[in-house]
Formats: sequence, structure tokens, C-alpha cells
Amino acid sequence: MSEVLIVAEQVDSHVSKPALELLTLARRLGDPAAVVFGEIDETVAKTLGEYGATRVLFAADSALADYLVAPKAEALAQIAASVEPVAILISSTPEGKEIAGRLAVKLQSGLITDATDITADGVTTQSVFAGNWTVTASVTHGVPVVTLKPNAITPELAPTEPAVAQVEVTISDVAKTARIVSSEPKQSSGRPELTEAAVVVSGGRGTGGDFAAIEELADQLGGAVGASRAAVDAGWYPYAYQIGQTGKTVSPQLYIAAGISGAIQHRAGMQTSKAIVAVNKDAEAPIFALADLGVVGDLHKVLEGVISEIKKRRM
Amino acid sequence: MKIVVLAKHVPDATGERGFASDGTVDRASSAGLLSELDEYAVEQALQIADDHDDVEVVIISVGPPAAADAIKRALQMGASAAIHISDEAIHGSDALASSLVLAEAVKKAAPDLVICGMASTDGTMGVIPAMIAERLGWPAATLGATLSVSEDRLTIRRDTDVASVTIEAPMPAIVSVTDQSGEARYPSMKGILAAKKKPVESWTLADLGIEQTAVGLDAAWSKVLQTTPRPPKEPGRLVVDQDGTGSVAVVEFLTTGKYV
Repeated sequence: MSEVLIVAEQVDSHVSKPALELLTLARRLGDPAAVVFGEIDETVAKTLGEYGATRVLFAADSALADYLVAPKAEALAQIAASVEPVAILISSTPEGKEIAGRLAVKLQSGLITDATDITADGVTTQSVFAGNWTVTASVTHGVPVVTLKPNAITPELAPTEPAVAQVEVTISDVAKTARIVSSEPKQSSGRPELTEAAVVVSGGRGTGGDFAAIEELADQLGGAVGASRAAVDAGWYPYAYQIGQTGKTVSPQLYIAAGISGAIQHRAGMQTSKAIVAVNKDAEAPIFALADLGVVGDLHKVLEGVISEIKKRRM
Repeated sequence: MKIVVLAKHVPDATGERGFASDGTVDRASSAGLLSELDEYAVEQALQIADDHDDVEVVIISVGPPAAADAIKRALQMGASAAIHISDEAIHGSDALASSLVLAEAVKKAAPDLVICGMASTDGTMGVIPAMIAERLGWPAATLGATLSVSEDRLTIRRDTDVASVTIEAPMPAIVSVTDQSGEARYPSMKGILAAKKKPVESWTLADLGIEQTAVGLDAAWSKVLQTTPRPPKEPGRLVVDQDGTGSVAVVEFLTTGKYV
């Protein structure tokens, strides 16, 4: 059977969840061969195998980590030349998309980004214009290069024993120019990853900068905290938690928007949530048009009431 | 120093957006404007011009005649000149063809630095800066929350989920900046008046040495099969909070949905 290349991102020597999603989708198109950048340990290969990778190829050139994406795109193009895959699937992260764009130029391939699904025939589904339209498309030239949005599907097990091999890659000087000179790790919030959480509680301008109730409700529900751009621009919450067109796209089981009016830019990041609850003091806020339940009122009062009731029930 | 800012004219995101019968973005039935995310790129270029001597900021925009509006806005903000690349054959181009046109335009304009927004607000792919860099063999330092330049080098800071990363690259180079890079200025009355006298050059594919058949819908390497509007959402329940009725309604919703 023909092979499908997927790029598997490692985070702290673990396989990222989006990589498992890619493997699950890749199996529809062929035998998944996972490419990993950097040294790997046994557990990484084993996890990739559990989700159906028949081959694990890793490249360990130091340039892959020292520079922005150009070396990774070069390495991947070289691997693609030897594997001759029927498609290449990459996660729709900022880095993944740039690798995909460069790869499409190198391989003279059609490119589709931000797909939420792909069929066995390579037909992709995308949610566009802030989630207001659904587009299906396919690549018509070259080896299709497709990036897929994280968390659009649930990874499925398909255990195999992958053949693991290191591949030699040659990184050109042209690719070694945008150099990463330092990296300051950020403190973890201890909450679930925003784009993977089943529940997201978000605060906006209406919080007035006080996120205590937002955080507490999120913790009570085992959820993640998000913020609107207005709240981030005001300096009330870090950019990493921004939901919307220029931040994260989330699609949780439950999205609670507190003090968020629901500008189109915000809706772009949360419109596909399964259930939406909105609390806003302005009855005319556009967010209510999306909400399964809307509460017109003071968000601090409403959320505090909800938190105390949940706590009472748990006692 | 010569800085090129790539600016796109897009349908207004707050209006109704949709598709034309050929599957391309409908640019005719709604008002267009300079992509909000490109305003940040213009702003960063103007800040460099404010802080350094002899900086020229040139806007390059590819688009139909209506794209002149986006160019005008950037000139009103303070850019020095613009190049409008317009050619009917470009209609329907994919990211590959668009990056080809832009890469050739950058080559011809020969700047020291190209600044882009993080993505367009219509296509939202965010791949064009990387693809131009790939074609030109230039460094690309993308998604900068800050940007600073010295004589022949630039530095950006990129905020990822897990780290704050500093990236350096020699120039000429291409960068993209995020909406965290600093609020874009509004055109002043002086800027609006001055913009009327600023030079706008018109380039076609022929000026860039690109064959008409290399771009456009027929040359696209991906094809839109179907476009479907999202069905309108059933109206939900609206509760006006009075003495805790709002909290009760939320708790009920959470209980019914088994979230608690």
C-alpha cells in the first residue's frame, strides 16, 4: 500500500496529540509514515505505532532546532523524495503551516491549510469566514500537502510495530538564517491545554480585568481559561489564551463566554463549540445569537452564584 | 533603508462574506478594506521610519482595481509610495501563484526588509511570508510580537504557547508581525491630504516576467468543490438575571448537559 507522510511533533519527548489525529486521518489514505524532528526515544516510536504508524523516520540535524522552519521544510522535502508518499499531512499550527507552505513550493504541490477533515479520496473540509461557511476542496497537482486543525477529530488506536529509522538530511546554508537565539519557557497554568479542553470558560471586556470567577469556574468544570482580544489587549490575560481570529480556535463540548460581546473576530475562534453559554449585561450583545443559553446580567454575580451552587452540590 | 509592506484588500469581516459562482471569494458584493492584520505591518514599518533616518516605506498590493482603497489607507497612515499589481489573469490564484507574484514583485522592488501581517483576514492561511521567503531564499522571521532592526540585522520576539522566543536574521529578510505588535495608527488629516500626492505605480504580470497561464484559477493546484453556508443556529434560551435566576439557569444547563 502507498504511504502517507505525517509530521509528528514531540513535546518534552512525548508525541503531541495532534500527531495522533494525523495518524488516524492518514490511515484513510494509506500507510502512515511518521516523521519526527530530533532524537526520539522508544516511547515515542511505540506511541506512534499504537496509532498506526508503520514507519517512524527521524532526522536529528541540530539545525532543525536552532533555526525557524526552513530546515524542517528542507528535511521533509528530502524525506518525501525518497518515500514518494501519496499525501503529506501536517498539523495546522503556525509552524506546521509554514513548513507546509515551503514544502508546497519545493515539491510543486497543491496546498490546503486548516482542514478539519480529509476523506480517503483526499477531499478536505474547511470552516471559513469565521465559521460561517464550510468548504470542500482537493489538491489537483503534485503530492497533496494538507494541514489539519488540531482537535477536529478523536485519535483512534490501530496498533502496529513500526520500523524505526534515522534518516540523514542535508540542510543548506540558505535555510540556516533565521536563528533562534533564546527561548524563555512560560509558566504552565496547570489547566488543560486550551485547544484540547472539553470545557472552556472565557472572559472579555465585561470582566473589568477580574478573572478570578472565570478561573474558578473553569477549575470547577475541569476546563481551560480563554480570553477575548479586548481582555488580552487590555493586558488582563496573556496572549496565549486569546480566542478568535488572531488567537486560538477552540471547539469544546461547552464554551462559556462571560462579558464577551461576540465580535466576528471572536466568533471565528469559538463558533463551532458544541454548546455555548453566554453571560453579558448587554441584552443586544451579538454573542447571544450563538448561545444555547444566554444570561443577561452581571457576570461576576452570575458566575459566583454558579460556583457556589456547584460547590454546595459537591459537599 | 527600503521597507516593503505587503498589504491585502479584503472583504470587510464585519459584513456578509461569501463566494462567487467560481468558488473564489466574492469581492464584488461587499465593501472591501485594508486587511486589519496588515495595518500592524504598516505600523511597524512606520515606527522603523520614525526611529531611523532615510527609511522609505513602499506598499505592495496585489488585487483588482478596488484594492486601491487598501493602498490609499496605507498611504494615509504614512507610507511613502505604493505599487499596485493588477492583472485580470491573477483572479482565482492559489497561495502558490500569489506567492510567486509577490516574490517577483519583491525582487523587482529590491527592499532591505519586507513586513507582512500574520495572515489575511479572508484566506487566513498565514503561509505567504514563508512561501515568499522560500522562493527568494531569504530569511523569514515570522509572527513577531516585537520587531527591531539595526543596520543589517533584525530581531523579533515570538510568543508561543510554551515560550517567548527571540529570533535574529540578517537582512534582506521577510518578517510577519502579529496583532500584539502595537496598535496601528489612524491616518491624521495631514496624512490624508499628503496621501493624495504620493506615487502609486501600476504593475502587471508582464512587468514581473510572469506568464499569464502561470497564475489564476485555471493554474491553481487545489480546487474548491463546494461552498456551503453554515445553517443558522436555532435560537437558544435567554434569561434576564433577577435575584439569582441567571445562576440557576446556568447550573440547570450544566446539570442537564452533565458538565457537573
